[in-house]
Amino acid sequence: MNAPHPAKGQKKSGQIIKPRHDTKAEAIACQKKTDLTSTLSTEELATIAKKLRRHVITMTGRAGSGHPGGSLSAADIVTTLYFKVLRHDPKNPRWKDRDRFILSKGHAAPILYAALAESGYLPLEELSTLRRPGSCLQGHCDMTATPGVEMSSGSLGQGLSFGIGIALAGRLDARDYRVYVLLGDGECDEGQVWEAAMASAHFKLDNMVAIVDHNEQQIDGWNYEVMNLEPLAEKWKSFGWHAIEVDGHDFAQLLSALEEAKQIKGKPTAIIAKTVKGKGVSFMERNLDFHGKAPTPEEVKKALEELK
Amino acid sequence: MEQSTREAYGRTLVELGKQNPDIVVLDADLSKSTMTTLFAREFPNRFFNCGIAEQNMIGIAAGLAASGKTVFTSTFAVFAPGRCFDQIRMSVAQPGLNVKIVTSHSGITVGEDGTSHQAIEDLALICSLPGFTVIVPADANEVVQAVKLAAQTYGPFYIRLSRPKTPLVYPSDYKFILGKATTLREGKDITIIATGIMVAYALEAAQNLAKDGINCRVLSMSTLKPLDTDAIVKAARETGAILTVEEHLRRGGLGSAVAQIAAEHWPVPMSFIAIKDIYAKSGKAEELLKKHGLTAPDIENAVRSLILRKRNNS
Repeated sequence: MNAPHPAKGQKKSGQIIKPRHDTKAEAIACQKKTDLTSTLSTEELATIAKKLRRHVITMTGRAGSGHPGGSLSAADIVTTLYFKVLRHDPKNPRWKDRDRFILSKGHAAPILYAALAESGYLPLEELSTLRRPGSCLQGHCDMTATPGVEMSSGSLGQGLSFGIGIALAGRLDARDYRVYVLLGDGECDEGQVWEAAMASAHFKLDNMVAIVDHNEQQIDGWNYEVMNLEPLAEKWKSFGWHAIEVDGHDFAQLLSALEEAKQIKGKPTAIIAKTVKGKGVSFMERNLDFHGKAPTPEEVKKALEELK
Repeated sequence: MEQSTREAYGRTLVELGKQNPDIVVLDADLSKSTMTTLFAREFPNRFFNCGIAEQNMIGIAAGLAASGKTVFTSTFAVFAPGRCFDQIRMSVAQPGLNVKIVTSHSGITVGEDGTSHQAIEDLALICSLPGFTVIVPADANEVVQAVKLAAQTYGPFYIRLSRPKTPLVYPSDYKFILGKATTLREGKDITIIATGIMVAYALEAAQNLAKDGINCRVLSMSTLKPLDTDAIVKAARETGAILTVEEHLRRGGLGSAVAQIAAEHWPVPMSFIAIKDIYAKSGKAEELLKKHGLTAPDIENAVRSLILRKRNNS
């Protein structure tokens, strides 16, 4: 009664579920987008990721506040998704067949904004307005403010549940989009994450992927000091997920895990991406001071120098 | 004649489900009590039991709504908004998504289950959220209309239902209008503004008071948000005194909201029948209403003293 199996709808109607596109143009755009992104090499992805990191530094530096540490740790994951994996169309952010990316760790908004701007959802100049009155770029993700932002987040622990709703809707409507939810590791302290983990497996949501940005640090210290999470991958497995552990800064590993997730049927996939907080800027790496503090003008200069 | 508001809800969901394939219903292991089970039986593919996990249920509802679904999500009033307030705030209210939270077993008339199951703060919580429409139907007929209207109107709704069957208080041709109070009895001496199951008690009190020559206007305020400012100001101006009656804490429910309007536009002597700053205990619904001063005789006493205050004021 409460957990319709993916195949159930197919059997009943006697039809094979095909991807639905709103218009022929959209279908073509989708195909084009897929072709376009698939040509990018891991070297090119690294170039984009560096560019996004520079945006994070500049944006938060200019805003004078924000969360560079967790934005930088997620930079390679976000780059892989937006420039290689996601089926999306920046000119049509509400396209019904788009893959959804949900940034559950909403404080990493700067890296998402950078990816959205570089993808063409918003003008690059907009990035300099981060956290200012009247800006479409709020301190934490706001789906009512920013084109391409799928969910209002920032209060941790809510993204996976939201993702379940989208994944269930996709199944009900026979749409073949996929849902990617990026969580922080500290965020996994929240009980709601595990309620959602249990439900995703119960509903057999193989159209959903959870990626944990496992930088091992949270505001008050290392995960093991604040609230031990380990064995993290085992936890997801025991909740009924397919779990893959990767280096979250290795594009080849990320791509292979995301591809593997597409092949897994009957259960959702969790990718535990081992990362480094502040990755890419020597004095920010593993430095908790930069969890929720913006770089000073001197630090911005130094960081941009390193990210050339 | 008494009818169950919960059953009315369940039946209406089935009717809506037949008309609109985008209606989806969620419950948190209470479907036989909230009566969403009627929908589940009819449309198993569009019903999701989320287990005993209300926070997750609200998030799922929001995600479905963000994908174009009209989502009804139900549990006991004590568990939503109480258990999942932040989820409602960030995942539903802030983005203004099309989620209808319909809760049953509100107030102290839950009875014997005791404090843990008696929602007496839910209206304060939910009314505090920008963008929410809040409805407390007074009888089963109103439930049917309110639920249908919620399905047709985009945005977050909260509808509060009760456990016991409740008497029908409206005429058979009653038409529910969102944001409008209904005058169930005309009077010039005082206005009693009641909501939910207390409307029936207010009518009973007004009838008794009429025998003593006290003419009460009785308003059913089924929409708490947006509140019918005009009806309140009119009542203050024309009757010079207002008594509010609700099965909820004194702070943050109907009384506070009405007082705010009256204070701003037309201050008059007011009095508030509600649960005082205290938790109720186990007991039969009628016993608890009596203990907490929520019966027709309590309303009558409050009206008499308020009328004295009104006379002394003038």
